[in-house]
Amino acid sequence: MDTFVQQLINGLNVGAIYALIALGYTMVYGILRLINFAHGDVYMVGAFAGFYIALYAGLAVGGPSMISLMVVLLGAMIIAAIVGMIIERFAYRPVRKYSRMTTLIMAIGVSLLIENIFVAQIGATPRAFPDFLGSQSQMPYRLFGNAAISKAQIVIFLVSIALMLLLQWVVFKTKVGTAMRAVSFNLNSAKLMGINTDAIISLTFAIGSALAAAGGVLTAQYNPNIDPLMGILTGLKAFVAAVLGGIGNIPGAVLGGLLIGAAETFVVGYGQNIGIASTYRDAVAFAILILVLLLRPSGLLGSTVQEKV
Amino acid sequence: MPTFIKRILGLVIIVALLVGVNAWMSRDGLFGFGLPFYYAELLNLTGISIILAVSLNLITGFTGQFSIGHAGFMAVGAYSSVFMTVYYSQAVERALTGIVGATAAQALVFLGIILFGALIAALAGLLVGIPSLRLRGDYLAIVTLGFAEIIRIIILNIDRVGGATGFRGAVAPWEGRPIIPQYANFVWIGGFAVITIVVVYNIVRSDVGRALISIREDELAAEAMGVNTTRYKVIAFVISSAFAGIAGALFGHYRQFLHTNDFQFIRSIEILIMIVLGGMGSITGAVLGAIVITILPELLRKLPGNLIEYRLVIYSALLIVIMLTRPQGVMGAREFGIPWLKRSQKQPEGDKPAGEKGVPIAQQPSSQEVQK
Repeated sequence: MDTFVQQLINGLNVGAIYALIALGYTMVYGILRLINFAHGDVYMVGAFAGFYIALYAGLAVGGPSMISLMVVLLGAMIIAAIVGMIIERFAYRPVRKYSRMTTLIMAIGVSLLIENIFVAQIGATPRAFPDFLGSQSQMPYRLFGNAAISKAQIVIFLVSIALMLLLQWVVFKTKVGTAMRAVSFNLNSAKLMGINTDAIISLTFAIGSALAAAGGVLTAQYNPNIDPLMGILTGLKAFVAAVLGGIGNIPGAVLGGLLIGAAETFVVGYGQNIGIASTYRDAVAFAILILVLLLRPSGLLGSTVQEKV
Repeated sequence: MPTFIKRILGLVIIVALLVGVNAWMSRDGLFGFGLPFYYAELLNLTGISIILAVSLNLITGFTGQFSIGHAGFMAVGAYSSVFMTVYYSQAVERALTGIVGATAAQALVFLGIILFGALIAALAGLLVGIPSLRLRGDYLAIVTLGFAEIIRIIILNIDRVGGATGFRGAVAPWEGRPIIPQYANFVWIGGFAVITIVVVYNIVRSDVGRALISIREDELAAEAMGVNTTRYKVIAFVISSAFAGIAGALFGHYRQFLHTNDFQFIRSIEILIMIVLGGMGSITGAVLGAIVITILPELLRKLPGNLIEYRLVIYSALLIVIMLTRPQGVMGAREFGIPWLKRSQKQPEGDKPAGEKGVPIAQQPSSQEVQK
């Protein structure tokens, strides 16, 4: 039971990060029907933005401090939001009118470009992200039995829940959010209703990228090694999470992220008992995805779209 | 000239060309001129890329089904064929050597092994295709990607084929061949590239091809016209996977070393980039794309000074620029060939080439029909 609770905590923690990244995928897909392959790299950019803010603002040497973390988090989110808007403006907007395949290749091109710029500029060796919470030296809090939760895990949970609630509020309670939903419902009709669709799309990229950057900084509090290629696999799994929950569906992305995070951790924790090596960890997300899509092609919470002739 | 003489002539020319280039690439060289090993390797890898791109074009370009898991099928072909070579082919080869001589025995065994790799890859394609081809568009893309990753991770966990350390030969040397023999040379690779092109070209021009193109243009309409869309999609998928398996088998027996890192997600993407760059639904475009994408990163190695560090940055930036300036690919859906050259000479202006505005070439009246 203790191990189960422990695995669940660890799994949901990883899942919360996937959920934050998956939100960006799902929002962009909901509006543009575009798999934004560069999103995983925006997550990486966010982590590095946090790293350099901490480095140049001298926050890295100040020792554990919650305020420093929040400054770094906000800074990284703003930088990533700008990066996301730049990507949308200069790469995706010009090809929006072309076929899906073109935009997909464009997304892949942007992804490769970001990765290669980072590799060329700072090399592929991992950097150590400063530990703002002191959780690597501090004992984790005992819950009950032998299960424990570290300070970093608590912060990850709280920050991600806060961000998700904020997003929910923006999307469902504000005028901008209404415009976003209108654009994702039908871009041309939204335009006819006087919505500045370009601005809304830009804003969607900004919000999604900021969430990914938050995911990047929070991951780095848990696992401090950051490198330019960290976004590839995490990005893919987050995308899988978005599809799993029903792409275009915001609660679905959160659900998918948590499910995949938990499943992964359970495979590592319990897989040996039923003959699955922990090296299958990376396959489990895809296996779940395939199963779900075959049984319910629109994802767990997605709605089926009737195709018209 | 009767058609069959033309065909035989074409075959002779192709075989002579392949053998000639192969001799040129060998250590002795052709008439004293040899191609440096680096270029020879590049040429061989280009041939393998052509097989991959042209076969992916059948499913993605002509049938319109997003597949970003081609590297997975390549991996299946590569690993299954090399597995046979390493563990089971020795006795057969020895037995055959007694009957037909060493060279022919080797060739026969290798042909069998390639076909085995193709068969296993085709089976994998069938296994993946039947359930997943019910899905459409991006969902299919992501499922093929998922299958490719799962295939890769499964291979990574099989110790008999080397697992994470890579596959160089029998894991325990007394069990089989300690190193993978280099069976594949340019005659094999180029030969199979030509075979792939001819087979895909003929499929596309057959009734099956018409069905595939109708699925790409409008799946619902095709189904309403009585095309069994699922059946044709699976057929295209299986053929495409079989050729990917052949490419994998050739790759394994050329490189003599297999590692799952060669079959990652990015490899599938690279094949997809080749056909999008060349123009979807154009065989010559796929060939062109395969050549460019294989050679471009190597050409960029020649950049002066500091720029060489930015080789891959320039590569990806070029990709973006090409997509911005020519989103339908270099060839669009057109084919490059003698008729195309003739037509452009006859009508230098005002002749809208077939395939523009997304109209596929198959639906345009062919030039012969127009002349009648």
